Amino acid sequence: MTAEILARWQFGITTVYHFLFVPITIALSLLVAVLQTMWVKSGNVRFLRLTKFYGKLFLINFAMGVVTGIVQEFQFGMNWSEYSRTVGDIFGAPLAMEALIAFFLESVFLGVWVFGWDKLPKKVHLATIWLGSIGTLISSIFILAANAWMQNPTGAEFANNRAQMTDLLAVILNPVAATTWTHVIFGAFMTAGALVLGAAGWNLVRVNREHPNSDDVADFRWATRFGAWVLIVACVGVVVTGHIQGQVLTDLQPMKMAAAENLQKTTDCAPFEIVPGLGVPCVLSFMATNDPGAEVRGMDDLAAEYSAKLAAGKPLDDRNQLQVTTAAAGAGIWGQKDAVDWIPPVMPSFWSFRFMMLLGVIGVAIGIYTLVATKGTKIPKGGKGWTAMMILTPLMPLFASSFGWLVTEIGRQPFIVNGVLSTHAAVSPGVTAFEVGMTLVLYTLIYAVFAVVEVNLMLKYIKLGMPHYLREPEVQTDEDAPMSFAY
Amino acid sequence: MNFNFAFNLPEAVPSALAVVWFLLVAVLWVGYLVLEGFDYGVAMLIPFLGKSEKERRVMINTIGPVWDGNEVWLLTAGGAMFAAFPAWYATLFSGLYLPLFLVLVGLIIRGVSFEYRSKHPNTKWRGTFDWLASIGSFLVPLVFGVGFANFVIGLPVVTDPNNPALFVVATSQANVGVTPYFWELFSPFGLLGGIAVVALCLFHGSIYLVLKTKGQIHDRAKKFAKTMGLITIAGGAVFLVCQNLFWAPVFLSGLNWILVLVAAVALIWAWLNIGKGTSFVATSVAWLAVALGIFIRMLPGLGFVDAGTRTVFDASGELFGMNAFAAASTDGTLLIMLVIALIMVPIVLAYTIWVYWTFRRPIGVSNIPDDVVADAK
Repeated sequence: MTAEILARWQFGITTVYHFLFVPITIALSLLVAVLQTMWVKSGNVRFLRLTKFYGKLFLINFAMGVVTGIVQEFQFGMNWSEYSRTVGDIFGAPLAMEALIAFFLESVFLGVWVFGWDKLPKKVHLATIWLGSIGTLISSIFILAANAWMQNPTGAEFANNRAQMTDLLAVILNPVAATTWTHVIFGAFMTAGALVLGAAGWNLVRVNREHPNSDDVADFRWATRFGAWVLIVACVGVVVTGHIQGQVLTDLQPMKMAAAENLQKTTDCAPFEIVPGLGVPCVLSFMATNDPGAEVRGMDDLAAEYSAKLAAGKPLDDRNQLQVTTAAAGAGIWGQKDAVDWIPPVMPSFWSFRFMMLLGVIGVAIGIYTLVATKGTKIPKGGKGWTAMMILTPLMPLFASSFGWLVTEIGRQPFIVNGVLSTHAAVSPGVTAFEVGMTLVLYTLIYAVFAVVEVNLMLKYIKLGMPHYLREPEVQTDEDAPMSFAY
Repeated sequence: MNFNFAFNLPEAVPSALAVVWFLLVAVLWVGYLVLEGFDYGVAMLIPFLGKSEKERRVMINTIGPVWDGNEVWLLTAGGAMFAAFPAWYATLFSGLYLPLFLVLVGLIIRGVSFEYRSKHPNTKWRGTFDWLASIGSFLVPLVFGVGFANFVIGLPVVTDPNNPALFVVATSQANVGVTPYFWELFSPFGLLGGIAVVALCLFHGSIYLVLKTKGQIHDRAKKFAKTMGLITIAGGAVFLVCQNLFWAPVFLSGLNWILVLVAAVALIWAWLNIGKGTSFVATSVAWLAVALGIFIRMLPGLGFVDAGTRTVFDASGELFGMNAFAAASTDGTLLIMLVIALIMVPIVLAYTIWVYWTFRRPIGVSNIPDDVVADAK
């Protein structure tokens, strides 16, 4: 295998793995902040207990998110140095801004939140979780702006044999960034809501069996329904933003849409295929353009159009300044010396798209079922089916997010920067296949070991249930007294 | 169709902004070394200085609230190199592929350890994570020390014949993509750099421990700092004198000798004042002096040299293409980023200082609650 193929696998594995922790970090930190706010406002100890219970799960997950995120920042330079050199003028800026504006905020204040229970007045301590949580949200804006630039390189021109920034606002306000961000954030809340639901729902039937009518039953019941509502509301957001995103995609990356839908020929009233060969007429046209009769361009026609444009020295999309200036400089598809295979891997795109939707639907269906099962004074009896559902719920939107990213990134091929720079030309020229291959194996092994550790800890702390004998945290003035919390 | 277009070198316009950004990158590295330097030191010492479970927990809790924020200085330095000097970031990170992989492994295992060790009462579990934290915290400064020593010597680079803007770390054109530049890093001076940086982390970290702990662990840290200080002063002196005798900077070589003096005075001051707040300030000043001296040496070639001439000039005597000006981003990007940095760095410093103030109290075994796992019940 070549260094290029190995580097692509490495990016895929490390990124998908990293993104298993990101949605929970972003959305669960905010839900914990909401719970803690409810405690500070109402003084109701239920919300303090829930804050502590979910806070632990959040931190177990957060640690993995942090350490796997560092790999991401280094990886661009290590495996994709020619990409880094040629687009750093634009792509580096959001990464540096993310570190300065968001990552400091998140890391510093979450550290204070963990250890600050008896060091700070209640309200100041509450502010730290909010600041940390807002940090994760701002972080996602910059990272998704950087990713959106690869999908639709705005605010840049081709000069000095590299991409140079012409307009920072155009980079940040990229339409792809706006639609992706909302879709990703709603997806994150689906995952976190489902985790809140699953952890509480599993405990609910257990504590109801062991200590019926206890506070634990009431609190877990509340949390189960809270999680279900977050999951369902976020799901509505995911569907709406996903629909808008599909239209932006059809406009700016029609090849990605065609590949995800396995659409060979340009078609009016294009069908949505549930599996290859089994299509519902006109649904794809509606998804892509809001008009059931509209034409959707197919892969063969797009490929022919692109080949003709390249041969004529024209940009693939003449609305994009970077593509236009690249073509005007005679640079063709920048760095691409071989014939171009315009079509991304079709079946991986096609199936990832369907799995994403299917898993999301299963997740939200469990959410609705849970609401019904806990309606009024009802408490489910439990059993194997219930346990399985509670374990599956958080995994559904989590893996749906992974599949969503597979569609996004596989569908971008053969480009690393859409229409401008090929993935093939972006790889580090001095790095050997041995180096990439060995580190790929080692990353995978280390990540696998830590995945086992993390899942076991998560389960352990879910099973431990609600913290009991909680002291109301207050500022400790005795210098020799034990801290209310320490590692 | 034009696939085989010729690449031209970007016109290297000496930009004042590039110089400012080079300084800012140096400042971010100093911030990283001063802040994370001590938490590497403390974490390395966990299995050695912590004689009981509670003592080890005291050590972890002195750095627990701050280590993650400290690490962001490294990520910001990396991000700033990417944004301000894309060609530097690209050539360096791909050129030092295996060393940086070791850094990442170190950062992964130590970061996870702090969070996970307390999550299980089992002694074996905790012992494992103590060692992972220690080894990870040793690996990272070791590799960076070897790396910085090699920037002083100069990493050899060649250009791609099809693409003269692209520089690759290699001893010759024939080795590009065939033989990684790896074993050459471990020259005597390279190893000395690794040892010196690890030693300074240990000294800096033990001084921090002395200030932040009470009881037996405090006394043990103090004793260790006394010994470690002597090793650091000796190792640092050999490193800095060799650096300036054999690899004097192109510019400001006089200033570099002054920085050697500053580092020496700071380290001796720290050693004489262990237990006082000024000792920590002194080791921080030592980091500053050492890092600035190395960064000055890295001008204008960014720590690279022409593989043929082994200097920053090519065979025809011209300044080679891998320099701070040619590698820089456009003035537009540099200016926007500078404005953001000038706003954000003081804000970050302000809240970081607030955090250290919040956790200013030294802790001892009496402050450690019985067990968090029991607590969770």
